[in-house]
Order: sequence, then structure tokens, then C-alpha cells
Amino acid sequence: MAVSCISDSRELSAVLTGELDHHSAKQVMEELDRRMERELPRRLTIDMGGVTFMDSSGIAVVLRAHRRMAQLQGSVTVTNVPQQAKRVFQAAGLHRIITFL
Amino acid sequence: MKQKAENYVSVDFPSRSSNEGFARTVAACFAAQLDPTLDEINDIKTAVSEAVTNAIVHAYPDTIGKVSMKLRLYQDNSVEIVVRDWGVGIPDVEQARQPMYTTGGEERAGMGFTIMESFMDTLRLRSTPGKGTIVTMRRRIFRRTGVR
Repeated sequence: MAVSCISDSRELSAVLTGELDHHSAKQVMEELDRRMERELPRRLTIDMGGVTFMDSSGIAVVLRAHRRMAQLQGSVTVTNVPQQAKRVFQAAGLHRIITFL
Repeated sequence: MKQKAENYVSVDFPSRSSNEGFARTVAACFAAQLDPTLDEINDIKTAVSEAVTNAIVHAYPDTIGKVSMKLRLYQDNSVEIVVRDWGVGIPDVEQARQPMYTTGGEERAGMGFTIMESFMDTLRLRSTPGKGTIVTMRRRIFRRTGVR
């Protein structure tokens, strides 16, 4: 799993690529935490277009980012979610608290 | 009466997180004999990932232990997956199955059993504190017209 981040005017974009499971989630969380602490963004966009597999570890990643951004009075948007990951988010009812585009 | 498996495979591996991807790939390759759709195979991979991750994260919190995965194919075009560990066990299985319940901290969502239940037809959970846990899941694969 690779995480690449771009920030611009307190907007942070994180692009995830590869398989997002418990094995890789910790690394993703740490990278997002580090970038959020450094950039103090108002908005975080997580682009999942390159995610080839995701289990409930991806839910934990998004919920943790959501909590961190709430502390910064910011918001999280998740984009380009592949079909397999979408089914996982739907089963967890995450669309009720997270914006998916 | 218990059904006889038409084919089966069994793998044992240590509870290292690097084996999560291995386990779901084995399950996907074996279940491919039933000619599933991409959605069906993804559902099986996701459920296996959850079951194996539970064993790795919760069964052996301070050590590396054995995880076993058995897969069986049946004549009704279904696959049964049994993930077993010999770890600490679950004191309250009903509580463990509740959505958002986790003892894994912020790194876990507590949605593993909810997803296994959603993506498989049946899920059975047996656990004995101090002895281990057995998760048995089954999914029937839709037979497509003109195939097999």
C-alpha cells in the first residue's frame, strides 16, 4: 500500500494505492496523522481510486481521519471508491457520517 | 446429515499480519472452481480477511500462534470456510458480534463480524476462553446459465 499526499491552501489530498488491510492500515494511519499534524488542513480528501482491496481496516482508517479532522474543525471527503470497497463501507453504514463522492 | 465435501484444502500459518493477503488469495483461488462472479469472489476475500485478521489481532495479542484455514466445496455450489485459532478466546461471543464493538482500539473498526455476516450466507462463531475460536462461514455461488 502506498500513500502519496499533496497539500494546497490547507487542503490535503491523500491518494491510496494497493491493498488496504490490517497489515497496511497502520502505515496509512501514521502517514495521514503526520500530514494532518503538519498541514493542519481544513479539508482532507482521500482518493481511493487505486485501492485494489479493502476490508474493515479501511473503515478504521477513514473514521480515524474523520475524528482528527473534526478536532481541526475540518471535514473529510472520500473519492473514487472502487466497487469492492464501496460494499464494505455500505455494510458498515459509513455513508451516514462520511461524504463519498 | 452432514454433506460430503467434493474438494477441500487446508492451510496453517503463523499469526503474522503479512499472512492476511496470503489467506484471502488462497481462498479466492480455491473458490474460483465454483465459477463465481467478481463480486462473489470479492465478498469471499473480504470475509476471509476479516476472520483471519481477528485471529491475528485478538487471538494472540502478545505472541505468534497458529491459525488454520480449511476450505470445502460442496455439490450445491457452496464454499465453506473454517478459520481456527488456539488463542485467548472470546469471553462473550454475542457482544463480539455487535457492530462497532472492538477491543482493538482506534486501529480497528469493530465491524469484522458485521461484514462477515453481510458477505456470507451463514456465519457460526464458537469460542472457549483460553482455548481458542472457530469461525465457520458458508457462501453459495450462483450457478450461471450455460456454465458447468
